[in-house]
Amino acid sequence: MPKSSFYNEELYPSPMRHTWNEFQRNHIALAGLWCLGFFVLLVLLGPWLLPFGPLDQNTEAILLPPAWDANGDVSHLFGTDGIGRDLLTRVVHGCQITFGASLFLVLLAMLIGCSIGAYAGMSRGLRASIINHLLDAIMAIPTLLIAIIIVAILGTGLMNSMWAITLALIPQFIHHTRDMVRREYKKEYVTAARLDGASELRIFFHSILPNMIEMLVVQATMALSVAILDISALGFLSLGAQSPSPELGAMLSDALETAYVAPWSISLPGAAIFLMVLSINLVGDGLRTALKNRLSQ
Amino acid sequence: MTPLLTVSNLSYCKKDKSWFGKNAGFRLDPLSFELKAGETMAIMGENGSGKSLLAKLLVGVERPNAGEILLNGEPLHHKRQRFQAIRMIFQHTKESLNPALTLGSLLEEPLILNTELDSRARKRKIEETLKLVGMLPEHQFFYRHMLSEGQRQRVAVARALILNPQVLVADEPFAALDPSVRSQTVNLLMKLQRDLGLGFIFISHNLGIVRHISDRILVLEEGKLVESGKTDVIFNWPKSDYTQRLIHAYQALISRDA
Repeated sequence: MPKSSFYNEELYPSPMRHTWNEFQRNHIALAGLWCLGFFVLLVLLGPWLLPFGPLDQNTEAILLPPAWDANGDVSHLFGTDGIGRDLLTRVVHGCQITFGASLFLVLLAMLIGCSIGAYAGMSRGLRASIINHLLDAIMAIPTLLIAIIIVAILGTGLMNSMWAITLALIPQFIHHTRDMVRREYKKEYVTAARLDGASELRIFFHSILPNMIEMLVVQATMALSVAILDISALGFLSLGAQSPSPELGAMLSDALETAYVAPWSISLPGAAIFLMVLSINLVGDGLRTALKNRLSQ
Repeated sequence: MTPLLTVSNLSYCKKDKSWFGKNAGFRLDPLSFELKAGETMAIMGENGSGKSLLAKLLVGVERPNAGEILLNGEPLHHKRQRFQAIRMIFQHTKESLNPALTLGSLLEEPLILNTELDSRARKRKIEETLKLVGMLPEHQFFYRHMLSEGQRQRVAVARALILNPQVLVADEPFAALDPSVRSQTVNLLMKLQRDLGLGFIFISHNLGIVRHISDRILVLEEGKLVESGKTDVIFNWPKSDYTQRLIHAYQALISRDA
């Protein structure tokens, strides 16, 4: 049913609202957003809904196939792994660890990257160009490689791999923030703000930052998918989260031994990673298109 | 009576520091003029003659190399004093308004920075100023992209006026407007000037408007002051070749129109 406009009132969307309207027109991106929302809910509520712990072993049900298989049992919906741990529980906890850690480290990287980027964008001269060229050189190296080098120095473990990925993600935030600040800084509205008597800091927070938020959100979604892939890759290589931990990558490498006997124990965590990254990429891509459409108007 | 704005021997030299020796950049030769309260002065000249630069020097975007600007016979010591007394209307209003902020917060910014008003007084002042330039108080919730070109121009004027300045400097304020909106804006500015007793300095290529509203004219050529004087005098008895050419070009257009 079309919404009828009862009052003779005109609605004028704010820039953010406008971006959202553009985003909604892209149905695939919207589906991605629903999927992402489902994962967020799963991460928040999942562990309370499940009867098993991620490390609980049920020795009577080892390598039990998923419930939809003829030999499956409904008490273990996704089946069990080689030492009788419930796979659904482990996947949900794995999502919590992988997704939660990625989200946290992306936020941290964004905060640090934006501060340095803003500083680099607003300062002139030798210091700015050192920050600029050094970081551009670092950006040419894939984040996973940087992360592996940092892990090699710090030692293995989930915490260390998180630090490593945070450090590896910071340069791209610096780069984008710096570019944006540089570009916006030349525009006349900044001059106008300066003529109002605004200090440099105030210009950044009150004039430039409101224009940057959407770009940062897009950048953060891109970084989030990279972070998820990197955390699980490090887990898979046994450089990040270690074996009993239900981190998705570590689960994959655990299940490698029983891959032929129990393919579900490797495909289900893999599917979780795939869906998470896919939905985040769809949302990020949709946001980017929406932003481009809004700005081109 | 001391003039409102006195500019004496103002000069500027843009240094292009390249790695291979110094290039001589653009320079503005020493220039002096006075502006009385309620007076309108037009700056004319070809592109690249230093008109916009002069405007930027007056409002304080660029620093002059020498010379001084006196307001009511006193030098401008504090930056804040200048920001408040001399306000600028930019050439491209679209770019001079921040796209991510509502007009209300755009207009509030100068008030927060330059006055001691509390938030209620600020809101009242914003509404008053919007009404002054012929817009509605509701427009404070609008964003830049919802306005037409003429409305944006009005907002730019409102932004300049909100601090009760004594001098307005406008860089081609009428260039992007269609004729009807242009005459509306011209009339608005003239009315405001009459009501508030502002000194008004503007840059324009449109000699029709210059002739219509300005009291005096400065003619610049490549950073040099060619001629200055009363509008009537300049239009009827231009002394220099350059001014003659500018005015003949204009008159040729007029006679073709007629």
